[in-house]
Amino acid sequence: MNARSSHRLPAHRRLTLALAAPVAALILSLAVASIALVLSGSNPFPAYGRMFSYGFELETLVDMVNRATPLYLSAVAVAIGFRMNLFNIGVEGQYILASIIAAQVAAELSLPAPLHLTVIILVGMATGSVWALIAGVLKVTRGIHEVISTIMLNAISISLVVAMLFRQWDVPDESLNQETAEIPPSGRMPDLNGFVELFTREIGKGRVLWGFVIVAIIIGILYWIYVARTRPGYDLRASGINPLAAEASGVSPKRTIIVAMALSGAVGGLVGLPEVLGRDYAYGLQFTQNLGFAGIAVALLGQNHPGGIAIGALVFGFLDSAAPILDVHGDAPQEIVEIMKGIIIFAAVITYVVVQRRRQDEEARAASLAMASSDSEPPPETTSNTPESDTRPAT
Amino acid sequence: MPQEVGRNAMTPALSLENITKRFPGVLANDRVNLTVAEGEIHAICGENGAGKSTLMNVLYGMLPADEGRIVVRGDEVHFRSPRDALAAGIGMVHQHFMLADNLTVLENIILGAEPTGRGGRIDFADARRRVAELSDAYGLDVHLDEPVENLGVGERQRVEIIKVLYRGARILILDEPTSVLVPHEVEELFRNMRDMCARGETIVFIDHKLDEVLEIADTITVLRAGRTVATVKPDEVSPRDLAELMVGSELPTPEARTTTAQETVSLEVQDLSVLDDDEREVVKGISLEVRRGEIVGMAGVEGNGQVEFVEALLGIREPLQGRVLLEGADINEWTVRQRREAGIGYIPEDRHRRGLLLPAPLWENAMCGHQGKEPYSRRGFWLTPKAARERTRELIAAFDVRTPGPDVAAHALSGGNQQKLIIGREMIMTPNLLIAAHPTRGIDVGAQAAVWETLHRAREQGLAVLLVSADLDELIGLSDRLLVIFRGRISAALDPATVTPRELGAHMTGAAGEVEEMQHA
Repeated sequence: MNARSSHRLPAHRRLTLALAAPVAALILSLAVASIALVLSGSNPFPAYGRMFSYGFELETLVDMVNRATPLYLSAVAVAIGFRMNLFNIGVEGQYILASIIAAQVAAELSLPAPLHLTVIILVGMATGSVWALIAGVLKVTRGIHEVISTIMLNAISISLVVAMLFRQWDVPDESLNQETAEIPPSGRMPDLNGFVELFTREIGKGRVLWGFVIVAIIIGILYWIYVARTRPGYDLRASGINPLAAEASGVSPKRTIIVAMALSGAVGGLVGLPEVLGRDYAYGLQFTQNLGFAGIAVALLGQNHPGGIAIGALVFGFLDSAAPILDVHGDAPQEIVEIMKGIIIFAAVITYVVVQRRRQDEEARAASLAMASSDSEPPPETTSNTPESDTRPAT
Repeated sequence: MPQEVGRNAMTPALSLENITKRFPGVLANDRVNLTVAEGEIHAICGENGAGKSTLMNVLYGMLPADEGRIVVRGDEVHFRSPRDALAAGIGMVHQHFMLADNLTVLENIILGAEPTGRGGRIDFADARRRVAELSDAYGLDVHLDEPVENLGVGERQRVEIIKVLYRGARILILDEPTSVLVPHEVEELFRNMRDMCARGETIVFIDHKLDEVLEIADTITVLRAGRTVATVKPDEVSPRDLAELMVGSELPTPEARTTTAQETVSLEVQDLSVLDDDEREVVKGISLEVRRGEIVGMAGVEGNGQVEFVEALLGIREPLQGRVLLEGADINEWTVRQRREAGIGYIPEDRHRRGLLLPAPLWENAMCGHQGKEPYSRRGFWLTPKAARERTRELIAAFDVRTPGPDVAAHALSGGNQQKLIIGREMIMTPNLLIAAHPTRGIDVGAQAAVWETLHRAREQGLAVLLVSADLDELIGLSDRLLVIFRGRISAALDPATVTPRELGAHMTGAAGEVEEMQHA
């Protein structure tokens, strides 16, 4: 009986432990950033205060969510690979290439609105997927490590994009702002301002909440279902945890690599689309780069969990959107935010390891307690088969 | 016995008094008492989790005891590290060797305790002289200039022992030294142990193989659930008494053997050859049959091609030539998944390497290998965690896996319980064919008896079992037929009803073949 009651404890204990890591990481990063601020001659407290009061204005929050959306998609793309120990460093190249091709296709098509949008999104996913698959196929057939091949593919795709911008769309005017043709209104993602304003005041300063947030949420839910609720998702995780055991259980390592790269690339192909379909309506030089690398950091912060990644993406989005106020008021250089991001990741990785060790210890203790308590009784009764209503979701 | 028991009257070499060691929530050692006389071989037995390792860790300075005293030759000692223990003359030979493969035997022995000459240079001549003296004195035969990577397991162990002696240990702790050895190597080790004792060394010997303990030990202390339950002399107890002391209850008796083999051939292997990772042909034309209701034992010392053979049967490794048939169907082209779903159960030789997802919860481990089947998933696609947990609970109950519940991570369980989980997850899916590689390796007598019982019962219900093992008792006690695999070939077919462990051991090491060849010549 002792054994059963000790079984309940780890449940809420686990939640506490799960929350302990990010909270500790955040506090630690604030502390370190404060030291940096003091050293650079600023007073950290008014700086933080202003960041927070500015950061929680409605317009800044909209900006935060907009910035978090591509980060989230990028991190999910990376996380799919991480789940089976594949390091898809190539999200960067995948999304840049996918964005320009999707933008070009979008500009040339004319279809009814929902269909047009769907086609653009699918083109983006397909492009990202194919680009990532190159690395997957190279790994399976030639044993080339995916880190090497995806980094090289990043360089190739950036060169490709530049070549495409300057050759294929050979516009005679002198401006440096080369971009693809404008996407017609049927191919644009509607914004969510109307929906948000049902609950709050009007969003000012010309800010717009991108409709792509919905796509990101759907992707997050699909990712969770895939990983936690489907057999291929289980195969993926099992391969990540122990490839040899997974193989013996019937999982084909090569197939899983191909599937993981294809899915990772498909999600990666979406990363640039919030901007293209929600702000610029074209692919041009103002396009944001480095989201693929930022996604690696966010995936790490969120521990590959769809919910954790969402929190990580929002924290990073918040820091990015709240940072400019520091410069405006001269409290501190806004680059302090980059220091904070770095420290958050650093601290998160450390605290996760500490917390995980704690959890392992506690579980081992619970298991030996179960052994010890059943030692004093005859074995058959101790593990009685009383059904329990345990519906905790899989992690 | 090389020394008389009367020496007990003198100051003991070592005594542990009321050692208590708590881990949060667990009492690993509960007032353990142990008295080891000078020059004796003192065996410590107990089930997995009985507290042997904790006690040894306390004894050689890895863990501090919470309560109790350690007295070495009449002086109370306090160890803060293994270095302190060594200074008091206590040395440990670990179960898993800690040797640098690319160094020679001599270099390994002196590593970290090198005699230095002028200018801090290592004085190899002096080292060689001292090590050679030791190895002569104790009859520990090693080749000093051989790189360790070329050595067999038995010789590596001798190197480990010399390492500890070289550092001045007078009391040696051997942690399950025989678990890695084949029978004739065990005999040699025992000879070495007796020689060492004759020269005044004292040996504390951890083991759970009863026949070995009874053969070699002068005194036996039995631990159970962290307590000392008895200290006995080997001539006072039978193996059965000892086993019951360890388990704390009566053991099931093996049933009389009656054949339950049916006509239908479950597994047929025809002329199978397999390459290893280095493209060497390590399985050379093996043919065999396993019928329903039959256990076929494949006996062999590790490294004779068993691993590759099993991998080829499972479809993990592509064979060079030959065919594998399951229930008459050619499965050569089938994937691992098709084979598993056709009813091939698999108990891997190394549960951590091929068997478990250690950080994942038990219910996810229980479905590993059956993830496409009910009740673990619906239509081979949608996982059903609730039903999977329910099934895992049934498994835990039916196979006596000691755990707080199905949500605990697999690494929290002890080795024996992990093994029971693996066996349970295969058996609960009622396979047609079970490939069991070393199913009771590293688990205690209680768990071992349970595993044997399970296989026995399944066999009666028509399960075909290919038992790959190096454990002589297991092979002889369980198999209906015995095949010996030696250097990639089936070198002998033996009848377990008539073969003796000694004969089987000789066949496994190839000694029998050589004798026969000599007779034929």
